[in-house]
Amino acid sequence: MDEKIIEAIDLNAWFGEKQALQNINMYMQKNMVTAIIGPSGCGKSTFIRCINRMHETIPGAKASGTLLFKTQNIYSRKIDPVILRRQIGMVFQKPTPFPTMSIFDNVAAGLRLNGENNKQRLCDAVEKSLQEAALWNEVKDMLQKPGVSLSGGQQQRLCVARALAVKPEILLLDEPCSALDPISTGKIEELLHELKKHLTIVIVTHNMQQAARVADFTSFFLLGELVEFGKTKKIFTAPTDTRTEQYITGRFG
Amino acid sequence: MNNVAIKYTNRGDRWFQAVAFLLAASIPVIFLTIFAMLLWQARESIFQFGFGFIFSSAWDPVKNQYGALPFIYGTLISSLIALVLAVPLGIGTAIFISELAPAWCKEWIATTVDLLAAIPSVVYGLWGVFVLGPIFGLSMLCAGVILAIMILPTICAVSREVMQAVPNSLRESARAMGATQWEMIKTAVLPTAASGIIGSIVLGLGRAIGETMAVTMVIGNRPSISLSIFDPGYSLSAVLANEFAEASSNLNFSVMVEIALILLVFAVIVNGLARLFIWKMVSQDHSR
Amino acid sequence: MENGQPRSFKIRKIKEKVFLAATMLATLAAIVPLFSLLTYVVIKGISSINLDFFLHCPVPVGESGGGMANAMVGTFIIVSIGCLFSIPIGVLGGLWLAEWGKGKRGFYIRYAVDVMAGFPTIVFGIFAYMLFVLTMKRFSAIAGGFALALVMLPYITKTTEEMVRMVPRSLKESALALGLPEWKVMIFVVLRSAWSGIFTGIMLAVARAAGETAPLLFTAFNNMYWNFRLDQPMASMTVQIYNYAISPFEEWNNLAWAGSLTLVSIILFITLFVRKFSRRVTYG
Repeated sequence: MDEKIIEAIDLNAWFGEKQALQNINMYMQKNMVTAIIGPSGCGKSTFIRCINRMHETIPGAKASGTLLFKTQNIYSRKIDPVILRRQIGMVFQKPTPFPTMSIFDNVAAGLRLNGENNKQRLCDAVEKSLQEAALWNEVKDMLQKPGVSLSGGQQQRLCVARALAVKPEILLLDEPCSALDPISTGKIEELLHELKKHLTIVIVTHNMQQAARVADFTSFFLLGELVEFGKTKKIFTAPTDTRTEQYITGRFG
Repeated sequence: MNNVAIKYTNRGDRWFQAVAFLLAASIPVIFLTIFAMLLWQARESIFQFGFGFIFSSAWDPVKNQYGALPFIYGTLISSLIALVLAVPLGIGTAIFISELAPAWCKEWIATTVDLLAAIPSVVYGLWGVFVLGPIFGLSMLCAGVILAIMILPTICAVSREVMQAVPNSLRESARAMGATQWEMIKTAVLPTAASGIIGSIVLGLGRAIGETMAVTMVIGNRPSISLSIFDPGYSLSAVLANEFAEASSNLNFSVMVEIALILLVFAVIVNGLARLFIWKMVSQDHSR
Repeated sequence: MENGQPRSFKIRKIKEKVFLAATMLATLAAIVPLFSLLTYVVIKGISSINLDFFLHCPVPVGESGGGMANAMVGTFIIVSIGCLFSIPIGVLGGLWLAEWGKGKRGFYIRYAVDVMAGFPTIVFGIFAYMLFVLTMKRFSAIAGGFALALVMLPYITKTTEEMVRMVPRSLKESALALGLPEWKVMIFVVLRSAWSGIFTGIMLAVARAAGETAPLLFTAFNNMYWNFRLDQPMASMTVQIYNYAISPFEEWNNLAWAGSLTLVSIILFITLFVRKFSRRVTYG
């Protein structure tokens, strides 16, 4: 199970003229949770957005280098980012259920808009995704209600279900709990534990305790550079770089 | 293996964006085409009468004598009368709604004034003929009064908006100095909103210039220049409404188109001015 | 009133009361004409409204049983033609401006939209006359529809641009992250989210167009009989009201009031209805 499912080689990223990432070299292992930590503005969100090629959707943004997804370089011209994003799902910081759609329609949106019309298959997929997102029991009797009628924590799990419905192999989470209360946060963290059994998870978080709780591997970013990367236990107990140690012990950030 | 990833679009995306752009771009194309066609069709009249057209008040289609002055005069006078009436009423109403009205009736009054704007011009004209006509006669004054009622919602709505955008901290500072409510409005709200209020007035003027049906029904439709506002008159839009389709000769038609061009240029200049004032208001706001 | 001495508080208070009264009077003066107009329209209009009015075409003076049925249908048809032109251009154009219109091209297009919003509507009628009536050598509903489309276009475009701008960026990103191509995201997520606001804008533009007379005067012209052909002159409520109103015959004047009542009712209904509807727009 030591398979590298994602590997970044000399990855650089810019917003216009401003460089946001410098020569990132790291990898993620299959069926593991990798956390990315660092102070604000260090490039962690930028990095994971490079993984599913969302970074370049910002006007003027670009990236260069090599990013291997299962040994294929996703930055080659032959790759269609739209298809890539069905294999790499993403959950954002702020829960964004589609406002005009019901809970059912939200989860089914990815499948429907990609051409799936079979009612039975849609129902099955929606149920399975909601179960994986630990939301099924709470909403199974109100699938037709609007997605926005749920609480913040439920909405975020709805977004997870929506991302899972298209059956990605990797799930990227960009500070998914920062807008949520502690109880909802706990539910999402439990979720990740279950999900990693058949998915690979990458989670950006500014909360070090969260990284320590959920992640197998952790990488520390600072000012656009990857400072240190390794098993979570090692990073938090015996970091190699002094900057890592300073961040962990709260001297900055 | 250095690949640069920039925004990738597939064919579907490119088509969609292209179609959307073409549709958006058709608007300025239509805009320019209107000017071009008007200019083209008016060329005979422009060559024949030149600049003097604007200052001549001769109007005899049989003898091929044409001059736009009576219509320009009528448009200006009726619009001016409208402003004289609508500006104090419109701004007064805006102040009332924005600063003084109790919360429960603010919405009501605002909606009622806005409804004035939804009523069709021809219905205003009908009411004007039978209700205002007996009072003011079919005259430039009557047209001015009706125009005042029609542009009042514009002045009121825009003034209201800019007044409500004045930050409360300014109002509170004035009150804290012991100002009465009127003094507070005079020193804190009105000067801040001044640019936008002037913009609303110019916008109202723009509306008055272009208004057709209500004017033609009450202005008397007489192509003459009179110093008394109680006398009938004519306006650029009214003469177009009445005589455009009946142009008896090519020259007559060309004259009509030139009148339309003059009306259009007037309206565009005034509206452009209005937007300058309102834009100044918006950028003032942002620099706060 | 400045005489170098401090004003007494009493005078300031009186000034304030005077001022308050003045603004209340202004408000009253603003509202009174509306009520007068509505009262007249209702009272004079109701007395001429009967079933004939809704079912029959105009009849010569002296005969009874005339109505505005053809004009009502005509307004509906002409406005619909206008929608056919203005909705696609307005909605997609507005979408383009909001999403891709940040540069020079967007500036000029936006400028044209703003200026067109202030055109006297009779000019649109003249333009449509040149394009359609002169070439087809007859008045037609299509010419009228095109003129009304130009009246509606700036409003629909501006409203759509505003509403699309209000769709949060994160919504678009969530949809893109699901693996959807941009054009699908634009249509099925962005436009869909903004739709109730856009629809409101369209309905308000329709209400406005239904009340326009000048653009129709020499495009659709008028028609005293039933006509469903788009290449022939067609009756409309506004033009018919105008003709009835300026005629010297009292019966026709009465019909003008009845027509006004009908038209104003429809327009006020649409306007108030969409206002209530648009209050329910939320992003959750």
